[in-house]
Parts: sequence; structure tokens; C-alpha cells
Amino acid sequence: MSAAIDVRGLRKSYGEKLVLDGIDLNVAEGTIFSLLGPNGAGKTTAVQILSTLVAADAGEIRVAGHDLHQSPEAVRAAIGVTGQFSAVDGLMTGRENLILMADLHHLGKQEARRRADELLEQFDLADAGKKLASTYSGGMKRRLDLAMTLVGRPQIIFLDEPTTGLDPRSRHRMWTLIRELVAGGVTVLLTTQYLEEADQLADRIAVLDHGRLVAQGTAEELKRLAPGGHIRLRFTSPEEFTLAGQVLPTAVPNPEALVLQVPNDGSVHALRDLLARIDDASLEVDELTVHTPDLDDVFFAVTGQPRSEEVTAR
Amino acid sequence: MSTTATVRPMADIGTMLRRNLRHAQRYPGLSLGALGMPVIMILLFGLVFGDTFSAGLGGGANGFDYIDFLTPGILLMSIASGTMSPAVAVCMDMSEGIVARFRTMAIFRPAVLTGHVLGNVLVTIVSLALVVGFAILIGFRPNASVGDWLLAAVLLIGLTIGLTWFAIALGLTSKTPEGASNVVLPISLLLPFLSNTFIPLEAMPSGIRWFAEYQPFTPIIDSLRHLLLGTPMDSSSGWLAAAWCVAIAVVGYFWAQSSYNKGTVA
Repeated sequence: MSAAIDVRGLRKSYGEKLVLDGIDLNVAEGTIFSLLGPNGAGKTTAVQILSTLVAADAGEIRVAGHDLHQSPEAVRAAIGVTGQFSAVDGLMTGRENLILMADLHHLGKQEARRRADELLEQFDLADAGKKLASTYSGGMKRRLDLAMTLVGRPQIIFLDEPTTGLDPRSRHRMWTLIRELVAGGVTVLLTTQYLEEADQLADRIAVLDHGRLVAQGTAEELKRLAPGGHIRLRFTSPEEFTLAGQVLPTAVPNPEALVLQVPNDGSVHALRDLLARIDDASLEVDELTVHTPDLDDVFFAVTGQPRSEEVTAR
Repeated sequence: MSTTATVRPMADIGTMLRRNLRHAQRYPGLSLGALGMPVIMILLFGLVFGDTFSAGLGGGANGFDYIDFLTPGILLMSIASGTMSPAVAVCMDMSEGIVARFRTMAIFRPAVLTGHVLGNVLVTIVSLALVVGFAILIGFRPNASVGDWLLAAVLLIGLTIGLTWFAIALGLTSKTPEGASNVVLPISLLLPFLSNTFIPLEAMPSGIRWFAEYQPFTPIIDSLRHLLLGTPMDSSSGWLAAAWCVAIAVVGYFWAQSSYNKGTVA
């Protein structure tokens, strides 16, 4: 078994609203896979379906080698889920929350306590262990939430927007924790709306938009999908701007901002070439910036286009 | 390692029960309300209004003791008013992420709700014991054998289990805890008041009497009076009382489970 998660033709609608429009996913064991997409793209619904919380309308789904429709209990035994909204019991302490999870995994009284204390230590919650979870800060709640998910040592972990709403320091802590998980052999499927997060963590990224996968690959592969880098030229006068447009016909003009985007791979050679043409035409350039392709470009390239072109981008 | 884990219903129900008892301990308002209200009712109607009611019903002289008449109905009222707290608690639970977490875990599926039911049964048993205690203090003199007491206890606990499942089903269909507390009001107010708890059916206006005659509480109260006080009753009342308890429990259980599993892979 090399695929931790294998999905074919997953579809889901809520009433008239089509949320997932036939998506295919394949997540290799021991890797981090990121579903990247804006709010409302269908990320949470995908996680809810893969974690047995919501029934799909159609599609073949295998998680940890088990058919999700036929043996949901076997899937549940193999997974751990940390949802977008904190799934901790606010009326119990952090330690009691962890022991609750340990009891539900039938670890036995001794082992339950040992595991709870170990996780409190590992997640930097040892001092807060005896306080009610409802008094925790956002970052602490999220850490307790993840710790609770880990009590049963799941093979596959779903993290739905694990860092949304966290401050930068808590976010970096979370990233470190997630990397440590995968080092231990666990498979992680995480959803995020942050490009940086997917870039930092994921081995593979799938871009989800309006319920369709519009691109899939490693961060590097996706960056190659982008229209490429460009040089951004800003002008002070409309006259110069118009003249430059004639000199550089491949540029994409933005007349309101007096900005030209000239396709360019950012190499020294290509840059020298462009500067020579600017000099030859005696153009007055107010500002020049070099823009190399990043996931932002990918994101807008694959989500910002009309539907027909999105399909070809798959 | 965890893929081989088998489902263990009793262990999971026990865990959920402990969770609910911990909640009751941390957030005692709901349970204290459920315990206090019936005691206030028995004292209020037994001591304050009792003589007047009794006189109005032509009692006193012919050995009619109002506190004896009243107590079985107040026991049902304790059960009924006790259904509010699990309905609200379940509704609050569902609005938190923790239940979504439970649903993605390989635990005995009905354990979450069963834990709520058992927690409420325990609280209600305490509440019933308090009512009986206070009733005896102010003059309740049951005339029952051990067997009668046991049958009465079975009937009361059976009704508690049934009504709690029913209330939990109502709580699951409510969007807010406030909504949940409103939607169980017919159970916690209408059924006890529009029954023969306070006055006999013969003393009621015809429309209300018709309702009181056919609703579940009346035959159960008749049966309790028969068991605890030896008052005469129709032979059918006992069966009717048992049938009502079973019917409420079955409908409540399946309704609650189907609401809980709605839209998910069961």
C-alpha cells in the first residue's frame, strides 16, 4: 500500500450548490499533501468527506487502504482529524481532554495518564495542563487540539486550516510540529489558504477552486505552470507609457497605474537585453522591479481565469 | 496498531458518562435547577396550596390526603423538568467541534448520546429521592411493599430513559441552546400540568380533561398511585403506562440516533 489516500471522482452538492465537482487525489504514504484554495473552494467539505464526517454524493474513496463507504470504522481507526474549529472540550482541563481521548482509544488507565503527560510536555502545555481548556489562548487551543488528535497515534492526519487565525509565532510553532509528525512516518493532508504554508510544508499541492482541482504538483512544478516571471516598469507620464508600449510589444499594459509588465525570466542576460532596449528608445522609467514566479502567480493564474481555461490547466 | 482496535460499547459509554458527570460538576447550574425545582413544587403545593386544593376537592373529612395524591405526580414532574438539561447540553455539544471529533473516531456510535442519557438518569434518580424524602417530611405516607416500590422505580426510571431520549432528539433538532430549552417546554410543563398531577380528571373542564385523559402521564400517575398508595385503578392503566414508556423510549432513541448520524457515513 503506497497511497494513504486515493480519491476518484469525488462529488458533493448541498442542495443546488455544487461544492466538489469530481476531484481526484492521490496522497503517498508519509508525505504532506496540501489542498490550497480560497474560502469557499470546497477544502473543508473535502476534509469532512475524507474523515467520514459527511457522506459524499459520488466517488471512489480509499483511506489507509480501506473503502470509505464499506468500512468507515476501519478508516476512523486509522485517521486523526484537527478541524478548523477547535474540537476541545472547554469544560475540561487540557490533561482531562487528552485522557478522554486516551480512554476512547482504550489505552488503559496507566497508559492514558502517561500518554497525556507526554503530549502535554511535547506540545508545551505542561504548565496549562490543569487549567480548563476554555481559558486557553488560540494557539494553545490549537496545540491541544492537535495533541488530542495524536493520542491514538493515527497513520493519517487531516488538518483543516491548522494555522488560520494564529499569530506568526504560533504559526511557525505549528509548522514545526507538523514537520515532526511526518518525520515520524505519518501522512498529513492539510488544507490552507496560505500559499506560504503550502510552499513551506507540502510535498505536493493541489489547488482547489470552485470545487475543482485546477492544478496539482510539487511547489516547483506549480511554479513552472505560472505564466513566468516579469519585469515591472512604472512610468511617470502617459506619453512615456504609450511610447514604451510600442517599443515593448510583448508587455502587458496597465494604463491606470502607468505600469508595463514585461515577460522575463529574470536572468542577467534577459535583464541586460531589456535595459538595452529601454536605453535605445531613451525611455524615462520611474521604477523597475524584477518579479520571479512564486505560488501567488500560480494561484492567480489557475484560479483567476474563466472556467474553460481552468479545465485545460489541469 | 490502531486499525485493529475493536469497538467497545460499554467502555465508550462509560467514558462519555464520566465526561457528562464532569460537566455537571464544572457547570452545576443546569443540574441544580433540575434538582431544586421539583423540591420547590412539592413544598409549594404540599404545604402552601395543599389545604385549599384538598378542601376544594372535598377532601380532609373522608380521609383524602392531598400530599398522598400529589406526590406521584410531582415525581413525574421531576422527570419532565429534568429533560431540559440534557436537551440543552446535547445542543451545546453539537455546536462545538468536539462532537465532530467524536464522529471521526472509531468509538461506539451511540456512546455520545447514551452518555448524556445515563448522566441525566443519575441526576433524575437523585431528584426523585429528594422529592420522596421531602414529601415524607411533610406527611406523605405511602403504603407499599418492597415489590411495589421496585415496580414504581422501574416505571419511573423507564419513563426517565424514554423522555430523556425524546428530549435529546428535540435538542439535536434545535439550532441554539435557547431553542433547545424552548422546544422541550411542552414536555417539562404541559404534560405534568395538564394531567391528574394536581387535581383528578373529574375536576377538569371537558377539553383539558380529554387531553389529560389520553396523554401518557395520566396512566403512569394512576399506576404510581396504585403501587404506592393502593388506590384502585383500571387494569388497563398499568399496561398503558408501560406501553407509553416503551413507545417514548423507542421513538426518542431512533429519532435521536438518526439526527445524530444525519448526513454522515454511519
